[in-house]
Amino acid sequence: MKPFDLIKTTDPKHALLQKKEQVQYIAGGTNLVDLMKKNIQVPDTLLDVTEALGHRIDKQGKAVQIGAMARNTTVATDAMILRDFPLIAKAVLAGASPQIRNMASTAGNLLQRTRCPYFYDVTTACNKRKPGSGCSAYEGQNRMSAVVGYSTDCVAVHPSDLCVGLAALDAEVHVFGKDQKKSVIPFEEFHRLPGNTPHLDNNLPEHALITSIEIPENPFDKNCAYLKVRDRDSYSFALVSVAAALHLDGDRIIDARLASGGVAHKPWRWRDAEQFLRGKSATAATFGEAARLIVGDLKPLTHNGFKIDMLKGAVETALGQCLHV
Amino acid sequence: MKKGEKLSRRFFLKTTGALTLLAAIPASLKSAYKQVKNFIVTEKKMAPLTVSVNKKAYALDADTRTTLLDLLRENLSLTGTKKGCDHGQCGACTVHVDGERVLSCLTLSAMVGGKEVTTIEGIANGDQLHPMQEAFIVCDGFQCGYCTPGQIMSAIACVKEGHTNSVAEIKEHMSGNLCRCGAYNGIVESIQKVATT
Repeated sequence: MKPFDLIKTTDPKHALLQKKEQVQYIAGGTNLVDLMKKNIQVPDTLLDVTEALGHRIDKQGKAVQIGAMARNTTVATDAMILRDFPLIAKAVLAGASPQIRNMASTAGNLLQRTRCPYFYDVTTACNKRKPGSGCSAYEGQNRMSAVVGYSTDCVAVHPSDLCVGLAALDAEVHVFGKDQKKSVIPFEEFHRLPGNTPHLDNNLPEHALITSIEIPENPFDKNCAYLKVRDRDSYSFALVSVAAALHLDGDRIIDARLASGGVAHKPWRWRDAEQFLRGKSATAATFGEAARLIVGDLKPLTHNGFKIDMLKGAVETALGQCLHV
Repeated sequence: MKKGEKLSRRFFLKTTGALTLLAAIPASLKSAYKQVKNFIVTEKKMAPLTVSVNKKAYALDADTRTTLLDLLRENLSLTGTKKGCDHGQCGACTVHVDGERVLSCLTLSAMVGGKEVTTIEGIANGDQLHPMQEAFIVCDGFQCGYCTPGQIMSAIACVKEGHTNSVAEIKEHMSGNLCRCGAYNGIVESIQKVATT
């Protein structure tokens, strides 16, 4: 690891003033410290923002504001989140381990880097790590890679579970910019597709801080599920995951939300399938149709064709689980 | 200079001059070495740190790169906490910071200043083992023992958090601690034993 200065700050304005090239914010550190050990990220200075950003989870009208520093465990065990936004708690609990959830922050979860093995292996080409060097995964070991939205420059997937839940529930990212101005980024516009600039994971303005995540009121507190399929039962990244939520009137679907992890460079919303489900009756046949619609969009790589059947089953199962809660 | 003669002025100047030159060599060599070294390797940054480990206060200067795991093992000689993968994938380095279980290999020591750290060395009461340590012995909760300090620290937290209502729940909430020997059944039994007594 390259030597660095560590500065603790208790004021977000002070943090923004100090932030420049080669200066990096650190919160939970669960991803950044690991990347620094591997010399993938080599900041000169770390700005410890753990006491500069809010960690509270507050109701704002009927929406909820989750402070950037709220630890994953706090989010997953918060009584109001469990009551009104259970999909978020389910998604958080599907990710990482209790130790990591105790450390990791909400904002850091959005900003974590991909776990594509070529990104971590500094002896291989990776456009995300070294722009212009090529993508080793595109024709390499791409079992864990994307099946939708990728480019020949990058087939990495976003590793978060929380973000899949946030995408499904139309969350918003509250940002404090270098110019000391506040702004809001809709969740679906936060993360990027790789295109020919895969080194950019998201649209957070340069040097800006995430201050909180807002989730609007929604009617999906009763019928929702988060299903994660992985190589072992727990503590493993998703092969595919599905956040499913239904707003039901009897057995008629008034509204639906479907999003996936493990399939793309960003949390992926299945809008066509959501549209298909609206107005239909909530039956296994309907869910099967929605799942078929989803997998019709997929373009698997050489080693991840299995994700088609896996995702189809996961969507059907997750929608089915929404009815048995 | 003959025996008995007084020191001449010339002799004095020559000797002191030579001695000063000789004394200056190591300093200039040292600074030249340092310059070359810093050209190749960036100079490490030290920072003062105060931390409490097992209710004992420590104040020291530490390299900012030092993880809590390395601080415990290398600086404080508390080698009970183990380094497994050093990348947050195995849980062998689990300790408690302010009562919550965390991975010490992904925690920068400079960020735990003023906090209370508890390691495997701090849970027994004198010669009386912690109930979880006793349970691991009784239930065969380990074979080689390398992951055990992390397993025990995680297990104590698992009970405290109340995730002991079923075998499945225990397994889910112990999934951050890997055991290559596969002593999982004994570990689950140990946790059940402590949770029910």
